[in-house]
Amino acid sequence: MTDAISSFLEATMRTATPLALAALGETIVERAGIVNIGLEGVIIAGSFGAAATAGVVGISGAFTAAVMAGLACTALLGILIITLRAEQIVAGTALTLLALGVTGLLYRTIFGTTGVALTIPTAKPLVIPVLSSAPVVGRAVFAQPATTYAVYVLVPLVAWWVSRTRAGLSLRAVGESPAAAVAAGVSPDRIRWLALMFGGALGGLSGGCLVLAQVGTFAEGMSAGRGFIAIAIVALGRWAPLRVALAALLFGAASALQFAFQSLGWNLPYQLFLALPYLLTLVALAGIAGRHAPPAALGRGWVRSS
Amino acid sequence: MIEALRRSALRASGVLIRWIILVAAVAALVATMTAIVGYDPWVALGSLWHGSLGTQYAVLSATLVRATPLMLTGLAVTLAFTAGLMNIGAEGQLLAGATAAVAVGLATGQSASRLVTVPLELVLGGLAGALWAFIPAWWRQRFGVLEVISTIMMNFVALYLVGYLVRGPLQEPLHIYPQSEGLPAAARLPLLAAGMRLHWGFPIAVLCSLALWWALRFTAAGFRIRVLGMNPDAAVSAAQIDVRRTAMRAFLASGALAGLAGAIEVTGVTYSLYENLSPGYGYTAIAVALVGALNPLLTAVSSILFGALEAGAAAMQRDAGVPSVLASVVEASIILLLLAFRELRVPGSVLRRLRAWRPTASDRASATGDSMSGRS
Repeated sequence: MTDAISSFLEATMRTATPLALAALGETIVERAGIVNIGLEGVIIAGSFGAAATAGVVGISGAFTAAVMAGLACTALLGILIITLRAEQIVAGTALTLLALGVTGLLYRTIFGTTGVALTIPTAKPLVIPVLSSAPVVGRAVFAQPATTYAVYVLVPLVAWWVSRTRAGLSLRAVGESPAAAVAAGVSPDRIRWLALMFGGALGGLSGGCLVLAQVGTFAEGMSAGRGFIAIAIVALGRWAPLRVALAALLFGAASALQFAFQSLGWNLPYQLFLALPYLLTLVALAGIAGRHAPPAALGRGWVRSS
Repeated sequence: MIEALRRSALRASGVLIRWIILVAAVAALVATMTAIVGYDPWVALGSLWHGSLGTQYAVLSATLVRATPLMLTGLAVTLAFTAGLMNIGAEGQLLAGATAAVAVGLATGQSASRLVTVPLELVLGGLAGALWAFIPAWWRQRFGVLEVISTIMMNFVALYLVGYLVRGPLQEPLHIYPQSEGLPAAARLPLLAAGMRLHWGFPIAVLCSLALWWALRFTAAGFRIRVLGMNPDAAVSAAQIDVRRTAMRAFLASGALAGLAGAIEVTGVTYSLYENLSPGYGYTAIAVALVGALNPLLTAVSSILFGALEAGAAAMQRDAGVPSVLASVVEASIILLLLAFRELRVPGSVLRRLRAWRPTASDRASATGDSMSGRS
């Protein structure tokens, strides 16, 4: 039983890492007043960037490629929604469709459609001595790929940056009231560009992490809605980095449940577990209703009447 | 009505000119992309033409067959977007409709006649689509959950539900393939004529487009939907519109159209239920509706253009070996180009009405948590 719990926790951390990375980036983007519905596309671009380069430039090079792919995607979105002021949600949806299509096209062109799965070297877990032998949680927390440790560092750093620095204050001002930000001498467009690119870098990294630290292959559409789930995680974490990281952990646990139930031999349809993160998203979004307002200037369409 | 038709025709002629530019742009895009990924662009364009509009067979058995679900889901998106509802869930609603139609068709098709079974399948398919849309609509009104996210989540849930059903309760009797038993003849939509694959679903879709155009333009309910989409605050204060009820009805009708698309696809084309039933019709529908400038009649025409693109892409894969996923790259590029052109104020600005949703700079400046977030 202890074994089952400890491997469940390990799987939880592993599946939560890419979600946490993407959601942390999206937190900053949304604090600047933008909803990046194209995050799903950014993640698949990152996955493809990593998968296409890992064999040539090695694992750290592939992580860099993933970040670059994420940045390229996001730059396209930024031109549309910040420079040209196009509608955020339609532009983001189109970016997702474009990225899913382009990665699929390139994948089939470069690697063919032979049905043989591409094998990609994966990042080995960095085992921290002593700490990793702690009972139950030891391996889950201290025997993970480098990206998980990056999350440990980034989350408190970003939390501190948003709430305690002058730049963080500017970011929040742009998200809450661009007019006030302008009055204070801050350029909303500049802040939004920087925030969006930060989100793009982390989104790309999240996609790279999916390939290089989790599955070790690429498949068309392998992001499987993680970008949308990350956006839900941001809302569930009420736009605060620490709570967002905890929410990502909850979703990691939901995905890891399928492995746990398999090992316990429970006879439930596996589609139920595959659908679980999406169902959880629906329930979680309803659960946070009315408790905490999003950034006031967060771009959106239909307004609910009271 | 005549006057409105005349004005529509005038506006449509403007849109048509843009479409010609668009078709040229698509041809250029396809040629460039096939050349980049290493195929002969002329061969690719040739098979694209041949497989879509080049022969009578291609039009009647590929393009229009492919256009039918795109027309209905495109209308679903048109209706939702007109009301300012971001329903990205046509894909899931389509699957819900397909599932309901197959379930009822297998249950009654053996004993009841076609005149009873087929209408029952289509009605229940529409209802199932509306039910699938009801959850995000209700979530939106009860809890303020953004429908963009919830409808996408419902798409995944629908996909896994179909995956479970075709390996469980609805699996074919031999339990070998992950698909349902084929529908009996009495549960199938008849073909329009022998020797072609086009079925009665196409005229039904065209009728739906006429009906939606009429309803949006000439009925009180349609007026309420349009006002809601243009300015929800004005809808409440000036037009005394019950926003919640109007939005809910528009969302349900949108889901019903997508559900009908699914029911027609299984009863007219595939005759059975399986997971990959839809190659993303519900997502392509967004491009269809935007190219159709959110006008139901233009959306119908635009769905035929997209049907031609997808049918042509399938032929391109068969004849020239170009991956058909190219079609979705072209579709996404079209949406992005339209958005960019609209904002650049160049002649392609066909989406004027969409501007209503986008908060202007002054809206953003004066936005309070109340009016923008929808929370009180």
